[in-house]
Amino acid sequence: MERNPEKFWNPYLAGLALGAVVLATYLVMGKGVGASGASFRLGVWATSVVAPAHAGAVPAMAGAMEDHHPLNDWLVFEVLGIVLGGVLAAWTSGRLRREVLKGPTFGSGARIALAIAGGVLMGFAAKLTRGCTSGQALSGGAVQSVGSWAFMLSVFAGGYAVAYFVRRQWR
Amino acid sequence: MMFPISYLADFDSLSGTPRTVGLAVAVAVGVAFGFVLERAGFGRAQKLVGQFYGRDMTVLKVMFTGIVAAMLGAVILSGVGVLDLEAVQFNYPTFLWPMIVGGLVLGAGFVMSGYCPGTSFVATASGKLDGLATVAGVVVGSLVYAEVEPRLGGFQNSGRLGAFTLSKWLHLPPAVIAAMVVVLALGAFVAAERIEARVSGRAAAAPGRSRRWVFAGLAALCVVAIATLALPTSATP
Repeated sequence: MERNPEKFWNPYLAGLALGAVVLATYLVMGKGVGASGASFRLGVWATSVVAPAHAGAVPAMAGAMEDHHPLNDWLVFEVLGIVLGGVLAAWTSGRLRREVLKGPTFGSGARIALAIAGGVLMGFAAKLTRGCTSGQALSGGAVQSVGSWAFMLSVFAGGYAVAYFVRRQWR
Repeated sequence: MMFPISYLADFDSLSGTPRTVGLAVAVAVGVAFGFVLERAGFGRAQKLVGQFYGRDMTVLKVMFTGIVAAMLGAVILSGVGVLDLEAVQFNYPTFLWPMIVGGLVLGAGFVMSGYCPGTSFVATASGKLDGLATVAGVVVGSLVYAEVEPRLGGFQNSGRLGAFTLSKWLHLPPAVIAAMVVVLALGAFVAAERIEARVSGRAAAAPGRSRRWVFAGLAALCVVAIATLALPTSATP
């Protein structure tokens, strides 16, 4: 197979493939894909190991441990698949490489700090919105949920509002 | 109604063999999802945030095509009586205010980190350390939420509208809504291509053959979706 790190699928064809994955998931599971729920469960599991009493006392964490082990969850296994599929696709396209993505004049440390800070905001927000761009915007939007569409438009609005202030990390 | 299949219905309460089967399905879905996201370019932060600088509107193209394709598929299968669309919609209730406020915050986090929660896993899988940092941040942020949730005063449950859909809101059949969303999407794609051309200072690339086939295919599926309204199996809004 040809390995060209700069070659991506045509975006419209990639979109069709994405839609097919979501549709197949509706048919089998009755709901679509997701991601942020698995991140939360990773955190709940870590907390339950380090401070089990505390994890049991926080309602949202206790809820994630109620019936099963916190990692015995559909989204956790789906994200495991995402990582496997991501490795496979990156390896076969020549994009599997350890690096920090940033602009040439921006420091790696500052870039990592921004990534963590952005991640914290998203982790908090995705709990508030009951799903992220995968579980809410894509999967809920495609079954015409009003909340999913309100969420999606807000994500774009928030992104455009802040983009100017963090533009230097790509220069 | 054959779908969603009852064997895996209400997954969270399943145990034993059905649960194991469901988890295997989860891995398979994830592999396909992760593979497509990576090949679309979503393991690379610059490709994702290009959306917010007008340089590269791949996010809008992939995301919107994915939404309309899944929507048309769901509406058509529901129209011919194969899929119980309302059973899927039941899993996406609307809580308007937290979704709007949380969406704004998530969007801000997206341009800061360069990824969304799902694509940060894809970036991590392709070796990007900024992707891994984002994954760690999302874990911490969701734990912070769990800690402060009891003090939010119920804001997370405000604007509760249940399984409120665009078709219920606008009093139109889901197939008609889907056709309207496709028209919006095609308009957005043409606008996005013009913006890319203007920002890069180059003339817009000639539309490729696959793009033309996808656009024509989506338009054809709209006609099929509308046609299912004439079937006796079709659900009324």
